Amino acid sequence: MTAVISMFGRLGRSFLGMVSRLGDATSLSSASLGLLPTRPWQGRHIVIQMFNIGVGSLVIIALTGAFTGMVLALQGYYTLAKFGSESMLGAGIALAIIRELGPVLGAMMLTARAGSAITAEIGIMRVTEQIDALEMMAVNPRARIIMPRIIAATLVLPLLIALFDLIGMGAGYLVGVELLGVNPGAFIAEMQAKVTTHDINTGWIKAVAFGFLIGVICTYIGYRATPTTEGVGKATTQAVVLSSVGILMLDYILTSFYL
Amino acid sequence: MSEYKRIEITVGLFVFIGIAGMFYMALKLGEVGGLGADGYHLTAAFGDVGGVRAGADVMIAGVVVGRVDDVHLNERDRAEVSMRIHDDVKITSDAIASIRTKGIIGDRFIRIGQGGGEELSDGGEIEETESAISIEELVSKYIFSSDSSNK
Repeated sequence: MTAVISMFGRLGRSFLGMVSRLGDATSLSSASLGLLPTRPWQGRHIVIQMFNIGVGSLVIIALTGAFTGMVLALQGYYTLAKFGSESMLGAGIALAIIRELGPVLGAMMLTARAGSAITAEIGIMRVTEQIDALEMMAVNPRARIIMPRIIAATLVLPLLIALFDLIGMGAGYLVGVELLGVNPGAFIAEMQAKVTTHDINTGWIKAVAFGFLIGVICTYIGYRATPTTEGVGKATTQAVVLSSVGILMLDYILTSFYL
Repeated sequence: MSEYKRIEITVGLFVFIGIAGMFYMALKLGEVGGLGADGYHLTAAFGDVGGVRAGADVMIAGVVVGRVDDVHLNERDRAEVSMRIHDDVKITSDAIASIRTKGIIGDRFIRIGQGGGEELSDGGEIEETESAISIEELVSKYIFSSDSSNK
């Protein structure tokens, strides 16, 4: 009997812990974002974070985009050739990349490349008491550390995904047309005929939402990391796992809304 | 040049390229450049549109000359299709609009066969129409007729 009661107790405690962490994350992020229009203006730090998060991720985004487009061309050709409709390859690649793979894979790569770095960086600031030092100097660490990173991630991801999409489609064209011999006219024409403005907008909405999600999760987990070496390591793993799972879940929700 | 200035310039370049990419995609792939607000409207009433929806192509001799804007039921329970046709394509008043399918399982589109009458202007109606050919109907007709001939 007591075993059953304590089991429910554990379940309840972990659920309440989850809810309170969620609330903590929401209030921390919204309080930080509320500091955007206040003085001192943090523009300089936003630019530096855009450099670290955005420019730093360009190469990996370009590589992922290129190989995604190339493998889509191979797989799409294999499937479409069975129906004799290879001319649809361009439309297939473009729709898959713009609507789904660009935003999701781009966000995953940003999580792996920049999200983990954000968490580790903030966690180490915690461990080395730099955050306390900022407070001592009357610098609000939320305005200086958290807000610029969330803003930068949200601004940067749509731009990265635009490049991912273009590079992916270009690589798909190279493999489809040059390697597999699909008619280049049909490839481009079908691409233009089947992709609508709505498809492209869906991609942007996802990109902004994922960028914001990565920023919020990675800064929060880093900020609240246990101030030990082990704690920072755990926090980094947790941030990457939570962001990745969160991206996939949010992707389903957004797709079901905007289909 | 200070470190921060260099970062600033790189970020500026990155943002510029990213936004240029977004615009390029929206212009090249979206419908913005193709068929915008130009073109004139025509309507046609069909007995059965068989799944033609807004966005379907309107073709003459296999060339896309317009798009379907809207499909709705009119007061005589016929499907009224309103379409937008390119300005430089003139359609005659005795043209025939028929619903066809690209291939066997492809999209539905509206094929217009030109006549020799006068040109229709904005808001005109194509009066001669042919409904969608339903494969199920053809099959059932065939079964029915072969049944009766056997008896």
